[in-house]
Amino acid sequence: MRLPLRKALVIAWKDILSESRTRDILSSVGVFALLIIVIFNFAFEPGSDNVELVAPGVLWATITFAGVLGLGRSFVFEKEKGCLEGLLLCPVDRDVVYLGKMLGSLAFMLAVEIIVVPIFLILFDLPLFLPQLALITLLATVGFVSVGTLFSALAVNTRARDVMLPILFFPIVAPVIIAAMKASGLALERESWSAMSSWLQIMGVFDAIFIVISALVFEFVVEE
Amino acid sequence: MHSGPAGQKKAKPIVTESDIGEEVLEADSSAIEVKSLTKAFGKQLALREVDLQVKRGAFLTLFGPNGAGKTTLIKVLATLLRPTTGIVRICGLDLSEYSIDIRREIGLVSHQPLLYDDLTAYENLQFWGRMYDVQHLAERIHNLVAMVGLSSRLHDRVRTFSRGMQQRISIVRALIHNPSVILLDEPETGLDRYASSMLKEILQSLNAEGRTVVMTTHNLETGLEMGNEVAILAGGRVVYQEPKRLLSLANLQEAYHRYTGATV
Repeated sequence: MRLPLRKALVIAWKDILSESRTRDILSSVGVFALLIIVIFNFAFEPGSDNVELVAPGVLWATITFAGVLGLGRSFVFEKEKGCLEGLLLCPVDRDVVYLGKMLGSLAFMLAVEIIVVPIFLILFDLPLFLPQLALITLLATVGFVSVGTLFSALAVNTRARDVMLPILFFPIVAPVIIAAMKASGLALERESWSAMSSWLQIMGVFDAIFIVISALVFEFVVEE
Repeated sequence: MHSGPAGQKKAKPIVTESDIGEEVLEADSSAIEVKSLTKAFGKQLALREVDLQVKRGAFLTLFGPNGAGKTTLIKVLATLLRPTTGIVRICGLDLSEYSIDIRREIGLVSHQPLLYDDLTAYENLQFWGRMYDVQHLAERIHNLVAMVGLSSRLHDRVRTFSRGMQQRISIVRALIHNPSVILLDEPETGLDRYASSMLKEILQSLNAEGRTVVMTTHNLETGLEMGNEVAILAGGRVVYQEPKRLLSLANLQEAYHRYTGATV
């Protein structure tokens, strides 16, 4: 395995190991996501005609708001004991640190989604086996986490970081969330892969752009 | 002006026979060479035209009041901050071009331990060792942790450690990749007498092994005792640098008062 990727995986593994001890992110994000879904579930009668119209919005609003909670914590615990400085002292490029943190956050987000999405489908009386929805979720989460990791690093140095992160982050990530919502709507209506291909392509392109730009900009965000 | 230390991908220079000239020899004798270093944060100048030379194997103690620029200088030397202007060479490598190679040569101990609370001491050291590609990592961790007297706590979470124990593990973290230059920013902060004395012993033995040590501190007595060279930083400038053999504590206190206006 190429050395920079191996170092990025070492950073991601450290985050996963640390989280496995505290479960700070998984428990808070998971519980928050489930609460939102339950509340929406009471607002919209499952099985009624309008469910397939509102369900994509409910799903992505839930994942977006819950995800911001988790991303906000990503750099807080690095900052608390000066560990971010430790990472920046390592003999690797800054983009390797970014990639490692991003992969760690991606793992947390996917772990939460693996629990939350099936519960959402059950509560809204929707079919459980939707491979299209799995791919949409993966693509959207990659885009979400790639920008979120960058903005989390930016916000951690600000006084009002809890407020700053969503304000900075939502406008940038909106194209991915909108594409995910549209594609999810088509998936829930059991449309073919080709019907949603343009949305999948949009997400793929945004993911690639977000990862490359965020990795390039990360150096300037963390250094001063 | 430096374009920035981070993200540089140039390979470490290989010295050939034809390179062996005055410049290489000069670089060879200096572990740290700083020329006209200025660091600005916006309009605020933290370091002003700093000149500093530290020979290989030296133990330089850097004194200065709060706000003198000690931490900023250590951070620049550690490649954590970019110089605004000036030249910085560590082990003969220019900071603006070889920051990644320089990071292999330095170990930093700061006020904070740079350790993850929820990982054990071993897991922390294993993580940092992997980031530096340390060979025979497990053996190295055991040897270093034995040196700081914490072998029995190696598999305990860092959260359960006292401040002094965390600082000892922090020293092991800084040494895990066998650096030739050790930078310490007020490492005795928050340590009790026993921990401070242990820190002193460890640093002196590291220096005796031939490593270059640069330490900032407020404590003139301890700093003078530990180092073999002293410098005073005031208002972002190195205003005084002398070998220890020419100094008594009274001389140093007098110089400190004269250059900083602070009484000790």
